[in-house]
Order: sequence, then C-alpha cells, then structure tokens
Amino acid sequence: MTKMTSREQILAKIRVNKPSEKVVLPTNLDWENTAFDDNIQRSASQRFAEVLKSIGGEAIEAADFDFIKKEIDTIHYHHVINLLPNLEIQGKDIREISDAHDLASVDLAIIEGKMGVAENGAIWLDESCFGGHRVLPFITQHLIIVLKKENIVSNMHKAYKRIQSDLFSIGFGLFLAGPSKTADIEQSLVIGAHGARSLRVYLV
Amino acid sequence: MTHSLTHSQASDTFNKDESRVDWHDESLWFIRQKRDKAAFAIPEWEELRESASQIKENVLANMDTYLLEFEQKAQKNGIHVHWATDAAEHNTLVLEIMQKHNFKKIVKSKSMLTEECHLNPFLEKNGIEVIDTDLGERIVQLRNEPPSHIVLPAIHLKKQDVGDTFHEYLGTEKGASDPQYLTEAARQHLRGKFIAADLAITGVNFAIAETGGFVVCTNEGNADMGAHLAKVHIACMGFEKIIPKIENLGIFLRLLARSATGQPITTYSSHFQKPRAGQEMHIIIVDNGRSTQLGRADFRNSLKCIRCGACMNTCPVYRRSGGHSYHNAVAGPIGIILAPNLDMKQNNDLPFASTLCGSCTNVCPVKINIHEQIWKWRQIVTQEGYAGFEKTQGIKLMNTVLSKPKVYRFVGKMGREIMRFAPFAVNNSLNKWFKNREMPDAPKESFREWYMKQKM
Repeated sequence: MTKMTSREQILAKIRVNKPSEKVVLPTNLDWENTAFDDNIQRSASQRFAEVLKSIGGEAIEAADFDFIKKEIDTIHYHHVINLLPNLEIQGKDIREISDAHDLASVDLAIIEGKMGVAENGAIWLDESCFGGHRVLPFITQHLIIVLKKENIVSNMHKAYKRIQSDLFSIGFGLFLAGPSKTADIEQSLVIGAHGARSLRVYLV
Repeated sequence: MTHSLTHSQASDTFNKDESRVDWHDESLWFIRQKRDKAAFAIPEWEELRESASQIKENVLANMDTYLLEFEQKAQKNGIHVHWATDAAEHNTLVLEIMQKHNFKKIVKSKSMLTEECHLNPFLEKNGIEVIDTDLGERIVQLRNEPPSHIVLPAIHLKKQDVGDTFHEYLGTEKGASDPQYLTEAARQHLRGKFIAADLAITGVNFAIAETGGFVVCTNEGNADMGAHLAKVHIACMGFEKIIPKIENLGIFLRLLARSATGQPITTYSSHFQKPRAGQEMHIIIVDNGRSTQLGRADFRNSLKCIRCGACMNTCPVYRRSGGHSYHNAVAGPIGIILAPNLDMKQNNDLPFASTLCGSCTNVCPVKINIHEQIWKWRQIVTQEGYAGFEKTQGIKLMNTVLSKPKVYRFVGKMGREIMRFAPFAVNNSLNKWFKNREMPDAPKESFREWYMKQKM
C-alpha cells in the first residue's frame, strides 16, 4: 500500500469527522437598512465622508479637476505619481518604473477609486488602479484617491454584488479605509504605521 | 511546548502589581465598549451574527468539498497549494521554499497559525531571519516574548516598556515613550526590512472556495508592504478559514473589525487572487489537530472562530490575568476551548480559568457557545484524570455533602458556627476564596431553619 499524501490524509480525516447535519447557506445577504446611530437621513456620499473622517481620512467635494489641481498644487511634493490622465499634475511616469522597490521614494500617489462604501468609508481598488504596481497605495507616503460620487454604495453587501464578477478575473484588489494606522502602543492611535500617512478623497 | 506555571500560578504573578492589573483590565474593557458602540449602530447586527454562524456551520459540514474547490481554483490562478498535517510539516514546507530559492530574509505579518506552529524559532535555528512586521508583534519579538492577545499582541505592555525596548534595539532616545515617536521609529526600521526581504509570509483571514482567492486584513498595511515587494509570498492558513462564496465576505467583513476593535472595517482588506507578474505565490493549508477537533461533536464549532478577540476583551478572567498566563498561542476564552484539543495534559488547567459567566458567548460574532464548551472541557479533563488531586477530591467531597440532605444540613450548620465564632479558621491563606476578598457574615440560621419556624 502506498503512503497517503498529507493532502489525502487531511481530507480523509475531515470526511470521517465532519458533522453530518447539513446547514443551508443563507442567501439574499443584504439589508436595506443602513440607519446609523443618530437616524438622520443623509446621502451615501455624505455618510461616506463622515465615516472616512472618523477613521482618519478626509473627503472633499470637488466641482472639477481644476479644483483638485489647485488644491494639490498648494503643497510641494518631491516625488509624485499621478495616474489620472485628466488631472494635470506633473510627476514621474510609473511606466518607467520596473522594480516596485523604486517606489519607496514616492511622496504622493494620486489614483482613481472604483467604488466607495458609505457604512465604513472604504474604497474598492483593483489592479487597474495601481499603474502596474500593487504596492503603490501602500508604499507612498501620502495617498489621494479621486472617487465618483455615483459610485458610492451604502453597505458591504451591495459592494460585493458590484464587484462579484470582477473577483473571478482580477489578480488583486482591496478595500482601503483611511490612512495606515496602529494602536499597538498602549492603545494610543497613531496614523502612519507602514502604509500611507494620509488619505484624502476627492468626490467628483 | 511545555510551560512551567499553571494559569492560576501565572495569574498570581500578574496580579502582584495591582495598579497595573487595573490598567490592563480597563484597557481591554475600553475596547469591549468600543465594540458595543459599533455593534449597536447596526440594526441588523444580530442577523449578521446569525448568518455568519450559519455560513460557518455549513462550512464545517462541507469542509472537504470547499477545500478541494478552493485548491482547484487557486491552482488555476497560478497559486501553489500545499497541505500540512501538523506544525512540523508546515514549518518544513516554508523552509524548503526558502532553501529552493536560497533566500535568507523573511518579513511576516500577523499569523496566529505560525505562532501555533512555532515557525520563528524553527526558521531562526535554520539560519533564516524572520521579522514580525505588525508593530505589536515586532515589539514582543524584540522582547523575546509571545503575543499576549491575538489582535493586540503587546496589550500587556506600557509605553515606557516599549520605549525601553526600542531604545535597546532601535536606538530611540533613552526614556522616550511617546507612541507617535516610537511608531515612527518602527516605521523607519521596518521599511528597511520590507525593502530587503526575499519572501513575505502572511496569514489568511478568509479563503474563498468559489474564486480560489484569500483575504488578509490589517490596519498597518504591513501584510501588503511585504507581499507586494517580495519575490515570493506564502500565505499560511488553518483549514477552517475557508468560506464558500464571495458574498459571504460582506457578512464577515462587517462583523470582524467591529467585534475586534470597534472600527467599521480594517484599514486594508486585501483580496489576493493571483500572483503579480514574476512573483511566486504559495498557500499552505494546515490541519494540526483541526480535523480531530472537527470530530468532537461538543467542540467542533470552535472551528467557526474568525479570530476577532472579542471574547478576550470581555472576559473578566483574561482582563485580570493577562494573555501570557494561558501558555498557548491563542489565549482567553477561545484559547481555552482550542488548547485542550492540541494537548490535553499540558492545558488541563485552562478550562478552569473561567467564571463561566457567558460574556464571551454573547459577544462572539459567529455565535460559538464558548462558555458551554469550557464547562464541557472541565468534565472531560476531570474524566481523563487531568484535573489534579485537590480538585478531584474537592468534587468528590461536594458530591457526598450535596447528595445526602442530613450531611448537608450538618455541614452547613458547622460552617455557620465556625464562621461566626472562629472566623480565623476560614479567613486565612489556605482558603482560596479569601484571597483578595472579605468572607461574608454568616447567618444565624439556614433558610430551611427559618422556613420551618415560619410554618409553625
């Protein structure tokens, strides 16, 4: 008799030991109600902005790209990567960067978000948002995301409905909610652990 | 792993510094309160818990099918899938991947599984540098301690302790204890490690059968900094981390961070599906006793756990005894019901480290009946003869007294008389109930005596 592989051993033992009663998977996983603590009616984008603020980020309504450009121009960033073709901000062309490690010196990355979630201030980003380098939104010192207001959904159930089919084909994606943070030293909240030190979202 | 102190002995040591215990207790209770605030803001919270519980029960009954589906989809996505029956095999698999590439440097984000497998000492023994990159984990790693909490690894430490450690190892200013300053120092130190690492290890929060992808949640961004820079990424998962569908993530991500810290979601919830161009991605699916636990009808649903740590934050015993007193990778109530499965003899003290108050069960986002399982483990540990002489004899004596009404009445009367006329006989260090407490005043008569009088 040949020795069973670890895979066969584990699966065999699971088959013997698993419970026989079948619990049916719950379906229609959504809840319309996204009433919040104070029951005040808000639009999804208003709620998104509030929650984002509470988790250390910042959301600003922008009438157009000129407004965003003017705002960004007020601060001098040494090394900028701008992935929005319609936003005239000078920076380095990410296509010229072959090794992701070279992004370590990026001060500001400006990218477009695919979808926002009002209940938790998270933004869905996938591989099409990073200019070919997944590490970009993490390694940059500061991050600006431009998000269309119409792409903000109320909760995570609706969010997953939207990206469901994408998740069968993309290589990587994430919900990003606010700047990097930690409270590992005496529960004191510190913004800027390993990822971006700040997150600003322009709602257009 | 052997340990020198039982939970109650280690708790004794932890309780020597009373103000520090109070501080520990309050820190964790504060997190429990944040959890409540977050949970109460969601009207459908209880429905979410119920759905999460159902999904996980469905997983337990279809574990093999989902794992196979996951394996097939992951392989199709270009991920190498490995299986490890135990900790040793898991550790060897990691080492082999390192050796195949002739790699020397690993950055690791939080993974309780690798703690359970004692991966770090094994790799270090084989000449490999492993850097824990979660700030809390890095702090305890530098101090050569295990994490004391699954979500907050350094919750037992004060900022002055961290300042001393960073001064010694990272060259921060002596006496500096400002969290902002210390975190910045760690950021700079660990950026260097991220850039230099050959390989990144991450844990897995959820593995999705229908896509072959997996989700890793962090607040710091350390899992992503590691995984997206290193040439090779290994994700290590206990097999119970599998869930069937993408749509299930909506439930779990709404529950996880709110239960853990009261945040609406972790800063980063990263969905890894395929390796990036030129990168190699591995998943190690680990059993290490889980398939045995799956066969224990009373305890199998401990495998529903999503490692939020809410049961620890709420536990009156954990808050006042600290994570290290549990001498197990996972401490607190959930640790109590997982550890005896791994080694009943080594962990025979843990089921007694509980008041059975049930608070853990009430906050559990996947509705594990934690306190009932603790009570059941007590029975098994005792039946197997691991409960120790004192407890066994005590229970036998109780059995004699409580099953014979005349003996019960006599002993009750004796007890009352002794407490009234010779209190020193019970108010001493031999009586464990007297520790940190005043004994109550003994009544003159029992309820029965009073009742008989009223009847006349």
